[in-house]
Amino acid sequence: MSAATGRIAKLTHLRQAATRGRRALLPPQPKILVGLGSCGLATGADEVYRAIREEVERHRLPYLVSPTGCIGWCSQEPLVDVQLPGAPRVTYGRVDAQRAREIVRGIAESDFKPRWAIGMLTGYENPLTGARLRYAKQSARLDGVPRYEDLPLFRHQVRWAARNCGVIDPASLDEYIARGGYFALQQALAKMQPQEIIAEVTQAGLRGRGGAGFPTGRKWEAVAQQKATPKCVICNADEGDPGAYMNRTLLESDPHSVLEGMAIGARAMGAAEGVIYVRDEYPLAVTRLRDAIRQAETAGLLGEGIFGSSFSFRIRIVKGAGAFVCGEETALIASIEGRAGEPRQRPPFPAQRGLNGKPTCINNVETWADIPLIVMRGGDWYSRLGTKSSKGTKTFCLVGSVKNPALIEVPLGITLRQVVEEIGGGVPEGHEFKAIQTGGPSGGCIPASQLDLEVDYESLAQAGAIMGSGGMIVMDDTSCMVDIAKYFLGFLADESCGKCFSCREGLRQMHEIVTRITEGEGREEDLPLLEELGWMVRETSLCGLGQTAPNPLLSTLRYFRDEYLAHVKEKRCPAKVCRKLITYRIDPVLCNGCGACVRVCSSTAILGEKKKLHTIDDARCTKCGSCLEVCQPKAVLVE
Amino acid sequence: MPKLTINGIRTDVERGTTVLEAAKFFGIPIPTLCHDDGLKPYGACRLCVVEVGTPPKSKLLSACTLLAEEGMVVQTHSKRVERARQLLLELYVATCPQSKTIQDLASSHGLRRVRLEPKNEDCIQCGKCVRMCAEQMMAGAIGFAYRGANREVIFPFHRRSDVCRQCGACMYICPVVELRCQGASAETTLCSGCINFSPACLNYHDHAMCFLDPCVACELAGPLHPAPVKRTEKPKPPDLSAARLDAGPHVGK
Repeated sequence: MSAATGRIAKLTHLRQAATRGRRALLPPQPKILVGLGSCGLATGADEVYRAIREEVERHRLPYLVSPTGCIGWCSQEPLVDVQLPGAPRVTYGRVDAQRAREIVRGIAESDFKPRWAIGMLTGYENPLTGARLRYAKQSARLDGVPRYEDLPLFRHQVRWAARNCGVIDPASLDEYIARGGYFALQQALAKMQPQEIIAEVTQAGLRGRGGAGFPTGRKWEAVAQQKATPKCVICNADEGDPGAYMNRTLLESDPHSVLEGMAIGARAMGAAEGVIYVRDEYPLAVTRLRDAIRQAETAGLLGEGIFGSSFSFRIRIVKGAGAFVCGEETALIASIEGRAGEPRQRPPFPAQRGLNGKPTCINNVETWADIPLIVMRGGDWYSRLGTKSSKGTKTFCLVGSVKNPALIEVPLGITLRQVVEEIGGGVPEGHEFKAIQTGGPSGGCIPASQLDLEVDYESLAQAGAIMGSGGMIVMDDTSCMVDIAKYFLGFLADESCGKCFSCREGLRQMHEIVTRITEGEGREEDLPLLEELGWMVRETSLCGLGQTAPNPLLSTLRYFRDEYLAHVKEKRCPAKVCRKLITYRIDPVLCNGCGACVRVCSSTAILGEKKKLHTIDDARCTKCGSCLEVCQPKAVLVE
Repeated sequence: MPKLTINGIRTDVERGTTVLEAAKFFGIPIPTLCHDDGLKPYGACRLCVVEVGTPPKSKLLSACTLLAEEGMVVQTHSKRVERARQLLLELYVATCPQSKTIQDLASSHGLRRVRLEPKNEDCIQCGKCVRMCAEQMMAGAIGFAYRGANREVIFPFHRRSDVCRQCGACMYICPVVELRCQGASAETTLCSGCINFSPACLNYHDHAMCFLDPCVACELAGPLHPAPVKRTEKPKPPDLSAARLDAGPHVGK
């Protein structure tokens, strides 16, 4: 019984699987891990992985080579980790195939190649069990390599939802169990009444991680109270915000945590069916989820009579066709039912009448991944982090103009300044921080003056932004806020389902007005008109998309009105972004006539022979900025 | 029987009553464009928004889709509602400036200027035609396609559908189209309707038959209808000597 593919029907089987998993996680031989999430693959991790495999096989080395998920160090992909018994786990960044082979060769000579190492991990706490995993304290051969806990990127992080990301092989059920996985489900089935589970979730103060922040316990309670059956639980993995990829990473790196969370939720609410609604643009996440579901079903962790109880639960995957609005609960249900993704008015709430008219609980990927933690450690334990109204941790995608773009998980209540300046390392040299956009297209831009804001649901909403699913886009002085508003309005006008007249036509008109402003044809009366339209769209639209769609516009109008005025009154773009309002010119003093700009200009707008002064023909210049990038003496001026 | 308060009037309504119906019962006018008593509520035009709850925690919700609940407090004409409706109507006039229905509504709500670019659309996508076709005519021949600004009412895949009986109910129910069915006219009447309107919901002008079936004009296979529509029993050729052309297009309600 309980070989690698055997059924896990009771606690002892789970413990046996955990032992097997621990052997794979901390083997007696050297282990090489390659981050093979979408982010790693995009930078060539696949090639690195193959190179390492080849190298190991060619020399018949006794090393374990394992794929893993993403640890969130986006700027350093592809990442390779080397873990030797008795030494800290060492992380190498920006590894290519050549370097990977050398790292493998170095292992035999105990040469860690410290000059390529970007960090080392001496150990970390597993939030599920509270146990500390220790690799090794130090190694003289790793002098100068910073420890993870000393790195500003990781120092403030608390990885709860992303506890297994970059640690386990996402395709290995045993490794997941070795990290404490499925023990929570076992406990929920064997020792807890459904009401107790809901009480713990309520006690934890967990709020929906998809953005709106509805208390998860209350939602569960509402579904549990309904009499109609069969009930359904849904995992909302329709992550469509530009610049946000928390859910993708979680599904790719640790699919079982979501399955386990859903199974516990189903037990608490009395649901028999689960659906994961995941966007088709996440092929790797779909594959990993499908494999994970198959594994869990084979092991008896999903299906009939889980852990020998009478509880049965199945999960199926429904792929979304890439509509942003399908992240809205009622539109998501419509999409699963095979109808067009259009929201409908609530009430009745999905908790009352959801999928196929039955009570349905929809939670975000991250919310589900938090559930096993709460069941294992208790609601009180979970709520010790966070602010008064927002408990626990939250993953964010810190992108844009920061030195360390990364996928991070921080306790709620951390200030934006800490996130941007410490974790993100601040904006690159020579630039100035301008704003941080949180919450994706439905969020708002928060200016430098509000950087000391604590990250929680209420304070962000007060500042005119929202928590959202967790995108954080940092902008510096090269971003034009009018242009940003234009971008988001265009995105939303395109993604609006079009049912509500106010949202469809209102966004279209607002987008046109803002476009006009960026083209220098704005009028002063446009600004109050935009505010009125934005107010109307927010007030009268049916769903969350329409109600939050004016946020990027209204928040930039609130904090960066002077920029709008510069566009409207002076016909000037202070950030020098809006093409119709800028001209390119060559400084006659600085130009050394090298001709580099002539060669890159695709519209042949730069005139002048070699060693002579160049000039830009305004009529042909498309203001692409290529000349600006290549000019060594910095003679190209933008005005 | 939920207790409901509309504009200060306390009342008991039957379970399943919408706020719009309740308001209508008391003679409180709430403007609508996408609502019809014979069709399922849809909530697309947003004109019927009412303020629910007590400020500052109140919300604007569409009355047509809102079922009355115990203790619900509704304001149908609060300042906030009126302001939102006026801005909505400004947007409506900008989208469909030619529609008389919209002009009348805007004028009755005191709208005196439109600051937005006119779009000259034919359709406001209220979905009345789609619901009419599916719910009353039991055909379901037309539906919405695409999303956002590209959304439109079409036959599936832009192909004329066999289930369309050319009943004209879509045009009849359309709040934006000016031409209205006038009921059966004398057999000899040439309504010239098919020349004078461009039906908003059936973008296929050349196939859109007049709903005054059998339309004499269309049976003539005139310039707009090169191929006569197949019929099992051919109507006798009309006597054109008695045809009256005085009626012209039937405009207005």
